[in-house]
Amino acid sequence: MALLEVKDLEIAVAAGGALLPVVRGVSFSVDENETLGIVGESGCGKSLTSLAIMGLLEGSQLRLTGGSISFDGRELNSLSPNERRAIMGDQMAMIFQEPMTSLNPVYRIGDQIVETIRQHRDMSKRQASDRAVELLDLVRIPEPARRIDSFPHQMSGGQRQRVMIAMALACDPKLLIADEPTTALDVTVQKEVLDLMADLQTRMGTAIVLISHDLGVIAETCDKVAVMYRGKIVEAASAAALFANISHPYTRGLLNSIPVVDHDVEWLEAIPGRVPTIDETLPGCAFHPRCSMAEIRCSAEDPAPHDVATGHTVRCHFAGKGTV
Amino acid sequence: MTNTPLLQVRELHTHFRTGGGIFAEKTWLRAVNGISFDIHAGEVLSLVGESGCGKSTVGRTLTQLEPSTSGAALFNGQDILPMTASAFRPLRRDIQMIFQDPFASLNPRLTIEQTLTEPLFIHGLAASKTEARALIADTLELVGMAPKVMERYPHEFSGGQRQRIGIARVMILKPKLVIADEAVSALDVSIQAQVLNLIKELQRDSGMSMLFISHDLGVVRHISDRVAVMYQGQIVETGDKRQIFEAPQHEYTKRLLSAIPRITERVA
Repeated sequence: MALLEVKDLEIAVAAGGALLPVVRGVSFSVDENETLGIVGESGCGKSLTSLAIMGLLEGSQLRLTGGSISFDGRELNSLSPNERRAIMGDQMAMIFQEPMTSLNPVYRIGDQIVETIRQHRDMSKRQASDRAVELLDLVRIPEPARRIDSFPHQMSGGQRQRVMIAMALACDPKLLIADEPTTALDVTVQKEVLDLMADLQTRMGTAIVLISHDLGVIAETCDKVAVMYRGKIVEAASAAALFANISHPYTRGLLNSIPVVDHDVEWLEAIPGRVPTIDETLPGCAFHPRCSMAEIRCSAEDPAPHDVATGHTVRCHFAGKGTV
Repeated sequence: MTNTPLLQVRELHTHFRTGGGIFAEKTWLRAVNGISFDIHAGEVLSLVGESGCGKSTVGRTLTQLEPSTSGAALFNGQDILPMTASAFRPLRRDIQMIFQDPFASLNPRLTIEQTLTEPLFIHGLAASKTEARALIADTLELVGMAPKVMERYPHEFSGGQRQRIGIARVMILKPKLVIADEAVSALDVSIQAQVLNLIKELQRDSGMSMLFISHDLGVVRHISDRVAVMYQGQIVETGDKRQIFEAPQHEYTKRLLSAIPRITERVA
């Protein structure tokens, strides 16, 4: 059994007395030492999926309306808030896009790491502080013994993201969820942070869920990939299989939309139109209004997941019937 | 392109005072520290670099949003840097700017028509409201939007549509030079591709020159004729697009290019 198993996850947003579905039947699994990439554009549900795993939907307009999330053999949704809090930050941890908003600006970073450690481990302040220095060293912050006394604003964006990673790793989590961890960073810093995450995974066997809008980042760092569009996984496979045989027209469209640095193209093959808003009801396949392959059937019938190869699943009526 | 460049920037410096009080010594941030480049008519030059390299300050200095410290910027042979605000005003029509966040640059309380009419009257491009309406309708069509959207307000549009409106606001003035600062950075990939295609098409059809400021090397390769790489307030390398991307000379350019994550489609 995989470390994390998400099955038929459904999330809806409460708007004016109605529940509008935003994540629909999402299933995936992640194992130890494995990185799953979830890729998609704004509003596709990728971040909501990660928040649901962390149990962070409560208190908002969002409702978990179905499905199960099992972690290390335990069904998370059946746990009490206290039991869940004991797991969060300890066995599973999360890093966010903007480290400045996730770090408390009025506390020294060392104190913030110490707090996380002492929440979950029976350690003296002294021991926890030593551990904080170790962690900062691990994420390659220079002069860690001195930097634990820094405030977040005294660090650069890349350093702050490293501090977030250090904090997430404080209790050696089995699962790390990284939601756009490098989107706010410069490319050279992005590379350092991604290398660091890969390196830590090799050393500690952490399972990683990496959420990103950037197919390049996903292609370079992930073992498995799930492409989301309007709340559903439309294509999922190992990274090798996916990029060898792109089978969903949306995945193809995303890839064609990216201007590449290695050769010239005169015009980008942009996907026409826009993502429908969540209150627009759309019969059939959610992508059909923008799809160049769409036929009448696509506007009537929502395609079921179809295996084009072992472990390569595609939600498209044309899956496996020719190239996209 | 043998004639004089449309824009000649020479030894431009823009420094900001960052510290110092009555007794403390003044400290300066040299955001732009002596840069020079040319943009010819009909040419797209990109300024590329990472955050804090000074690329945005260049654009802001050239549009007089920041005062320059020293240097010259000859637009059609005339130095625009020492101009007073009123001397520069007529030139604002010729030098237009597209910003990253189109929502922040559109007045939320004005309809698209009101927003687009204002500059037409300021620069004397329309004599009446009817004339303005006709021009607005044409321009909206040019950027791929239905003319009837002019009656709506900015909040009614998606990010991509707002950027199209931002581009319409610029194109309606038929500028000679457009400075685009991270114009597509806030857009989703699929929308970014549409807007990039649009900018490229409009630039070609109108023959305007463009200073395209961006951190995204893929986008820069797609849109530019020439590229200038900025690092810590200075241009470390300038060249034709091909040369910069295929045979970079400077260590920093090489480092930037090698840091970009790439997708290799393995042919089965």
